[in-house]
Amino acid sequence: MSMDYREYILDHYRDPRNYGRLENPTVHVEDSNPLCGDQVSMDLLVEGDHVTAVRFQGRGCAISQAATSMLTEMVQGKSVQEVVRLGKDDILEALGIPISPARMKCAFLGLRVLHKSLVLAGLERPEHADEHDDEL
Amino acid sequence: MQDVVEVRREPRSVEEIRGDFPILSRQVHGKPLVYLDSAASSQKPLAVIEAMNAYYRSSHANVHRGVYEISEEATEALERARTKVARFINARQSKQVIFTRNTTESINLVAYSWGWANVKAGDLIVLTTMEHHSNLVPWQLLAQRSGARLEFVPLTPEGLLQLDVYARLLEQGPKLVAFTQMSNVLGTINPVKEMIAQAHAAGAVALVDAAQSAPHLPLDVQELDADFVCFSGHKMLGPTGIGVLYGKRELLEAMPPFLGGGDMIRSVSLRSSTWNDLPWKFEAGTPAIAEAVGLGAAVDYLSALGMDWVRQHERSITAYALERLQTVPQLQIYGPLTEELRGGVVSFSLADIHPHDLASILDQEFGVAIRAGHHCAQPLMEHLGLVATARASFYVYTLPEEIDVLVQGLRRALEIFQV
Repeated sequence: MSMDYREYILDHYRDPRNYGRLENPTVHVEDSNPLCGDQVSMDLLVEGDHVTAVRFQGRGCAISQAATSMLTEMVQGKSVQEVVRLGKDDILEALGIPISPARMKCAFLGLRVLHKSLVLAGLERPEHADEHDDEL
Repeated sequence: MQDVVEVRREPRSVEEIRGDFPILSRQVHGKPLVYLDSAASSQKPLAVIEAMNAYYRSSHANVHRGVYEISEEATEALERARTKVARFINARQSKQVIFTRNTTESINLVAYSWGWANVKAGDLIVLTTMEHHSNLVPWQLLAQRSGARLEFVPLTPEGLLQLDVYARLLEQGPKLVAFTQMSNVLGTINPVKEMIAQAHAAGAVALVDAAQSAPHLPLDVQELDADFVCFSGHKMLGPTGIGVLYGKRELLEAMPPFLGGGDMIRSVSLRSSTWNDLPWKFEAGTPAIAEAVGLGAAVDYLSALGMDWVRQHERSITAYALERLQTVPQLQIYGPLTEELRGGVVSFSLADIHPHDLASILDQEFGVAIRAGHHCAQPLMEHLGLVATARASFYVYTLPEEIDVLVQGLRRALEIFQV
């Protein structure tokens, strides 16, 4: 298995989409990966049953930051119902390269922050969000 | 002088030494393994693997109370390993060598046992900002429970300890000073002998974290006059699961036990017990016998190479690495830039490429194993203004050609990231 850093990954890393903060977010959540110190914070604005705006900030490796940038594109403007369903497969598909086991935590950091946000906003049950957390 | 006729074996070539390490002939991702992470854990020579294997095949039984042949053999194997380690660090007596699981457990043993008996509210413990978490967190726990204070010796921009601050802290009469002999991040070698002498003059007990130094530098605990010295087997060619606490006898004798259980007692009644002699007072439960045997084989191997040779080899590899790394554009090295002041550990960052991305590229395209992260030294990372660094570290089997592969990989990473 070889992780190659494709151009679109580096593009998301160098030029992250939906980067920054929202003025009045419905919810703001930060998390980090204790092993490598990668950090991601996310703002969601939920209006009606749609996520109408999303912003993130972070620092860390190309995989964690690009994956979060790609994730925000999947979230922006979607219905809450769709956003709640986003999972690891969606991230891996978006990255489009094999991710070595040691780097999975990097790839899924943004996803974890998203689901924490949804729980905090009362849009997702915690036990459902846990399904996206670490597993074997 | 009659020294000229002294029989000296020719130093073995590094290529020949590599032949002793089976793992070094394997490939990763279709490339020869270039193992540059020995500061995290060293690889093992056949001598160690086979010593452990032979022990399990022929002599294993529980130790110390068996009155049959193989139990006596196992006991002898354990105690012989202790003697080898004692000689390796020039301890006065074998009983001053206590087997633990690793450096972390050794330091915790002192923090709990000596710390609880001796450190009171308001007492001062002096550490440095370059400590590994294992020589920081046990003292934080002790300070939190006892009400003791922690103070830290800061670093110069080059990554050396500010010894003038150390001297001033000693004037406050600390109970204990604890510092590393070699930084696992910066590679800095600290002047521990002088620092211990100053600590003693100030009435403090001195603990040396030798996790990085015991594998790489000649270590003489009596010459250092250290009160406690802690190190791990697995960083010095030995197996995981075995570490050492060396202590001065009078200190160890006066300390209460750490863990209670079998082997550490003299006699037990329902409500009280009396303790076994050193070193067993601190070795509750069945010890890691095979691992001790492996560590004994490891120190034999290192002694045969000669620790002066080990240091010399690593100095030249480190000098070469420092020189070659500085040819890579946008590469920043942390810590002293002369090999005199540092061991075989080089931390660096490359442009704005995250160390984890670097490590992945080096692994997958070049078969190079380096470490990336905070190296269990977050306060030091904070001091450097970093979240993480990449770290290459060297040992007896490291070849200059491997540094070349590393440098080639770093240049490739610059290409991939279009820096």
